[in-house]
Amino acid sequence: MGSKAISKLSDGISQDLFEFAGYDEEEAKRAGYSNYSYWRSTWQVFIKNRVALVLLILMTTVLVFTLIQPYLPNQKLPTKIYIDESTGMQLSNHKPDSEFWFGTNSIGQDIWARIWSGTRTSLLIGLAVGFFEALVGITVGAMWGYIRPLDRPITEVYNVINNVPKTIILILLTYIMRPGLGTMIFAMCMTGWINMARFVRNLIIIIRDREYNLASKCLGTPTRRIITKNLLPYLVSVIMLRMALAIPLAIGYEVFLTYIGLGLPVSIPSLGNLINEGRLLMMAPSLRYQLIFPALVLSIITISFYVMGNVFSDAADPRNHV
Amino acid sequence: MLKYSIKRLLQSLVTLFIIITIVFLLMRLMPEEGYFGDEFDKLDVAQREAILASMGLRDPIHIQLGNFYKDLFSGDLGTSIIYRPKVPITEIIADKLPYSLYFGLVAMGISLLAGIPLGALMARSKNKLWDKLGTGYIVFINAVPAAVYFLFLQLYVTDIFKLPILFRPDKPVSWILPAISMALGSTAHYAMWMRRYMVDEINKDYVRLARAKGLRNQTIMLKHVFRNAFVPMAQYLPTSLLFTIAGSIYIESLYSIPGMGGLLVDVIQRQDNSLVQALVLIFSSIGIFGLFLGDILMAIFDPRINLQKKEGAR
Repeated sequence: MGSKAISKLSDGISQDLFEFAGYDEEEAKRAGYSNYSYWRSTWQVFIKNRVALVLLILMTTVLVFTLIQPYLPNQKLPTKIYIDESTGMQLSNHKPDSEFWFGTNSIGQDIWARIWSGTRTSLLIGLAVGFFEALVGITVGAMWGYIRPLDRPITEVYNVINNVPKTIILILLTYIMRPGLGTMIFAMCMTGWINMARFVRNLIIIIRDREYNLASKCLGTPTRRIITKNLLPYLVSVIMLRMALAIPLAIGYEVFLTYIGLGLPVSIPSLGNLINEGRLLMMAPSLRYQLIFPALVLSIITISFYVMGNVFSDAADPRNHV
Repeated sequence: MLKYSIKRLLQSLVTLFIIITIVFLLMRLMPEEGYFGDEFDKLDVAQREAILASMGLRDPIHIQLGNFYKDLFSGDLGTSIIYRPKVPITEIIADKLPYSLYFGLVAMGISLLAGIPLGALMARSKNKLWDKLGTGYIVFINAVPAAVYFLFLQLYVTDIFKLPILFRPDKPVSWILPAISMALGSTAHYAMWMRRYMVDEINKDYVRLARAKGLRNQTIMLKHVFRNAFVPMAQYLPTSLLFTIAGSIYIESLYSIPGMGGLLVDVIQRQDNSLVQALVLIFSSIGIFGLFLGDILMAIFDPRINLQKKEGAR
C-alpha cells in the first residue's frame, strides 16, 4: 500500500466502503448489538408468568363482555321489573334457572343483567380514578421532584393531607358534595393522587442526578430523549402499578361508601349497590345467592387487577429484563 | 431525643390546627337539612333561616371559626341534633369510646402476634409452601374489599361455630369474631412488610459474616435480622391503630357494636351534621397523633436514625 503512488487521496479509497451494510442477526450478536425494545421485553417478561397471562385474558374478556352484553340476544334490562305471569305480581326472589341465570332480586329485576351493568359502572369508576390519579399524580410529582423551590411547600401540603386517614377524607367529601357518580370519582381522586405524586417525586429525585443521566447530558442528548429513554422506563413500572391497584381500590371504596350510605342511587346498578342489596337478605339462607354472585364477580375482578398490576410492575422494571 | 420529640410534637400541633380549620370550613358546606332533624319539612324558609341564625351559622365565617375554637378549648364539641337530640357530643362519645378502644387494641395485639411471625416464616421459606400460602392470603386481603370478606365471615363462621350473629355485651363469645375480623387487614400488612424487610436483610454482608463466624441460624435470625427488620415496622405500630378505624367502621356497624365507627355510619345515614363534624375531627386527630408516635418509636428503636436532619416526605 505504501509504495503505490497516487495522485489524489480519494482515488486510493475503495468505493465499496461506502455501500450500506446488510443486517445479519448472527453477526450483530457477535458485535454485541441488540435490537432491545423496552416494551417488547416488558411484554416477554409479563407473559412468562402464566397466572398473570390467564388473568389478562380473563379480564380482557370481561371488559369486552360488559361492553357488548346489552347488545347480545336474549339479554334482559338491568332495571326492568319482571312480572310473574301466573300471579300478576313482581317476580321477586326467583331462584337461578335457565331463564334468569342468576335469579331475580327482591323486586323482580334480573341479577345477571344487573351484575354486568354494575361491573360496567364499577370498572368505569376504577378506570376513571386510575387515569385521573395518574394524570394529577405524575404532574404534581414531576414538579415536586424537578423544581427545587417547590419541594418544601408541596412537602408540607403532603404532610397535612397524609396525616388524615384516607377513609375520613373520602367520607367527608362525599358527605358534603352529596352522593353521585361524579362526586365519587372526584373524592377518590382527591385521596389517591397524593401517593402517586410521592412515588414519582421520590423516583425522580433518586435518578435525575445519576451518572448515566449526567453522561447523557454531556453527550448532548436532548432533554426530551432523556425523559423518555432514561427516566420514563423507571417510572413506568411504578405508574402502571399504581394505576392497576387504583382499580381494585376504587371498587372497594365504592362498596364501602355504598355500605355507609353515601353510594350511588339505587337506580344505577353498581357492584356496591348489588352487594348492599344482597346483604339485606343474607339472613335467609335460600336467598344468599343474591349476595354470593356479585361478591364472586367483584372478588375475581379485584384480585385479577391486583395480581396483574404487581406482575406488570415487576416486568416493567428494566432490571428484570434479560 | 427530647429536642427532636418537642420539635416533632410542635409540627404535629400545627398540622392538627390546619386540619381542624380546613375540616371546619368544609363542614360549612354540609347539607343544611342536617341541622334540623325531623322538623325540616314542617318549617318554611324564614323559620329555617331563623334557626340557622340562632345556631350562629349565619355569622361571618371568621367569627364562627373563633367561636368554634373557643368551645373546643373548653372541651365542648357541641350537642347532637338528630342522633340523640340535645345531648352533648362529649357524653355520647364517652359512652362509645371504651368499646372502640377495646376492639382496636385487641385487634392490634392479634395482628402483631400473628402478622410478624407469619412474615418471618414466609421470609425463611422463600418461594416454598408457606411463602406461597402467605402470599395468597396477603393478595386476597389487599385485593378484595373488606366489606365483602367481613360479610362472609360473619355469615358462615357464626353459622359453623354457632356463635351469636350480633355483638352482645354480656356474652364474651360474641366478642371474638369481630376482633379477629378487624385484625385480618393489619395482619396481612405486617406479614407483607416483615417478609420484605427480612428478605432484604438476609442478603446483606453482616449476615454472611455472622454465618461465616459459625453462628446458629436461629441466633442470626433473632438477634441480627429481626432487630433490623423490625425498625421500619415500629413506625407502623401506632398507625395500625388507624388501620382498625376503617375496619371498625364496618365491623362495628355489621355486628352492632356500640362504638365510634358504628356511630359514624349511623350519623352519616341520619345526617347529623354536628356529630359528623366531631367524629371527623376526632378520627383525624388520632391519625396525626399515630404518625407522631410512630416517628418517635422508630427513633427509639434505631439509634442510627439522625434525629436532627429534616427529612422530606417518606
